[in-house]
Amino acid sequence: MNVHEHQAKAILKEYGAPVANGVAVTDIAQAEAAVAALSGPVWVVKSQIHAGGRGKGRFKELGPDAKGGVRVSFSAAEALANIREMFGKTLVTKQTGPAGKQVNRIYVEDGADIDRELYLSILVDRENGKTSFVASTEGGMDIEAVAEKTPDLIHTIAIRASTGCTDADAGKIADAYKLTGSARDQGIALFKTLYKAFVEKDMSLLEINPLIVTKSNDIQVLDAKVSFDGNALFRHPDIMAYRDMTEEDAKEIEASKHDLAYIALDGEIGCMVNGAGLAMATMDIIKLYGAEPANFLDVGGGASREKVTAAFKIITSDPNVKGILVNIFGGIMRCDVIAEGVVAAVKEVGLKVPLVVRLEGTKVAEGKDIINKSGLNVIAADDLDDAAQKIVKAVKG
Amino acid sequence: MSILINKDTRIIVQGLTGKTGTFHTEQALAYHGTKMVAGTHPKKGGTDWIGSNGETLPIFASVAEAKAATGATASVIYVPPAGAAAAIEEAIDAGIDLITCITEGVPVLDMVRVKEKLDASPCRLVGPNCPGLMTPDECKIGIMPGAIFKKGSVGVLSRSGTLTYEAVLQTTVAGLGQTTAVGIGGDPVKGTEFIDVLELFLADPETHSIIMIGEIGGSAEEDAAQFLIDEARRGRKKPTVGFIAGRTAPPGRTMGHAGAVISGGKGGAEDKIEALRSAGIRVSPSPAKLGETLVDLLK
Repeated sequence: MNVHEHQAKAILKEYGAPVANGVAVTDIAQAEAAVAALSGPVWVVKSQIHAGGRGKGRFKELGPDAKGGVRVSFSAAEALANIREMFGKTLVTKQTGPAGKQVNRIYVEDGADIDRELYLSILVDRENGKTSFVASTEGGMDIEAVAEKTPDLIHTIAIRASTGCTDADAGKIADAYKLTGSARDQGIALFKTLYKAFVEKDMSLLEINPLIVTKSNDIQVLDAKVSFDGNALFRHPDIMAYRDMTEEDAKEIEASKHDLAYIALDGEIGCMVNGAGLAMATMDIIKLYGAEPANFLDVGGGASREKVTAAFKIITSDPNVKGILVNIFGGIMRCDVIAEGVVAAVKEVGLKVPLVVRLEGTKVAEGKDIINKSGLNVIAADDLDDAAQKIVKAVKG
Repeated sequence: MSILINKDTRIIVQGLTGKTGTFHTEQALAYHGTKMVAGTHPKKGGTDWIGSNGETLPIFASVAEAKAATGATASVIYVPPAGAAAAIEEAIDAGIDLITCITEGVPVLDMVRVKEKLDASPCRLVGPNCPGLMTPDECKIGIMPGAIFKKGSVGVLSRSGTLTYEAVLQTTVAGLGQTTAVGIGGDPVKGTEFIDVLELFLADPETHSIIMIGEIGGSAEEDAAQFLIDEARRGRKKPTVGFIAGRTAPPGRTMGHAGAVISGGKGGAEDKIEALRSAGIRVSPSPAKLGETLVDLLK
């Protein structure tokens, strides 16, 4: 789960990390109060959307010469003018895709006196299964580009779970940044604090880009991006409260209510599959035969009839869907349960597009029998290959 | 021969008294008499588990007690996510040789902690978030459907449960059958990796060919490809078919499996396919043609 920059900073602040003063606002009245409350002389106004590259991003509704999604302002009036211009507009960045994301909230923050910009992240390195710091002196830039062009400027420091981030580990990170004096002392304290926050809050990514050294040689967190492990949210109700539904696709929100793994895509063939691997492979085979999948959907291993019905309704609510492929290989999942769920859903919401059903595995005979006796206009398929060809043919002709 | 498990493997069920544990233990007992020998539950030690067909197994309060009483060398875990890591740690402490964790949704930082302990122990963990292992006609650990298997010569390994079933069914239909199938699981931090299983399949004289199914995310497939290149140089090589799921997956999105995500431009399907090809693996373009591709390769 992703959170906004201002939420990430609030969490880090609780742990004692040095973060500038700032206020998140969702309307002009709040913005006026926020700008007045901050001391200046520099105000930074930052679009809050769940995507990176905001500074270099462009607003769809504004001209090509308009400034990006993060703006430095040198007076209260200029800060407010910037906020007025950004509110409600669609910000397109490298990470949002061409559709962009609407800016519904803005974070107003005290400006900083920057001497150096550094890059820091903490993540779980799947290569060795260890939590690791990634440190680079090349902050404020696209870290992937840095890794590509100058990999020697990226330092990875793995941390032992049993010891946590030790003074020696934090010292290595400080060395990577060539920190000295007060910045070094503050850095060592900060790195240990950040590791503690990462582990205690079950983060999956903590990225500070940039982490800055000010002209007075102090360390400050200038930007913060945090993602949380969805599998650990059950033990963090405080983090759950940060979820921003306006950042999510309506169909994905509905799916999450039914505990369905669903991702909306741009194609025309809706898919309902059991198992994540088979669900991806089903999308792939649709593409292989010349069409595009409208979604990824894994109903899971132990889906009930109600869950299958909900899944079917979510698929049919997508206006781009011109055909549906149900592909089930029952291991734990019983084919008769899937069949009952599909039949119930069709009876409730109707069926306006071709439906191909492929059932295999546990209780397959019973499942096929339910479909056959339902009187529904279902195209039966023998195997995955047959199913994919039939649905593509039904949609493309 | 098979790898990891056979008709003599004795297995403890951690989380037997729950609904999932009960269902799959009944299935395992019914599958050629897989030697499920005991269950564990901290508060129900000394009682008996009774299955719906009247099967009974003794319940012990701990894995260590169950192991001492039954001589089991393997355990399978059906404990909910919040307690799964502690269950794995208990099995490691008890010195269980082969621990299989079926549970999906284990927090990744729990697995980071478990992995450090596991690496310092002689135990092997399969999973979590996996369908388990099967040796046809001998032993079923986990949730794979027994009916699609046939004793034979193909070693199957996969990060995905349902794609394991596809590979198994297709090799059964093709008449080849399987030695053992291993689902290593879809999480980013896990016990057994592709390389570990490939090593066992290369060493097993009855495994004549291999199907390996990967997916987007991480670099386990690239590591496996490099391993096969190195082993081929040493003269160890078996015909291998590969498949990578997720060619159409959008970057940055986690595709159901916690580990199936293309992040920072890394872990995409095309790079993995290229790596497999460079190791001499015949990559099937379609998940429906794994068996056909292998038959063709074996001609």
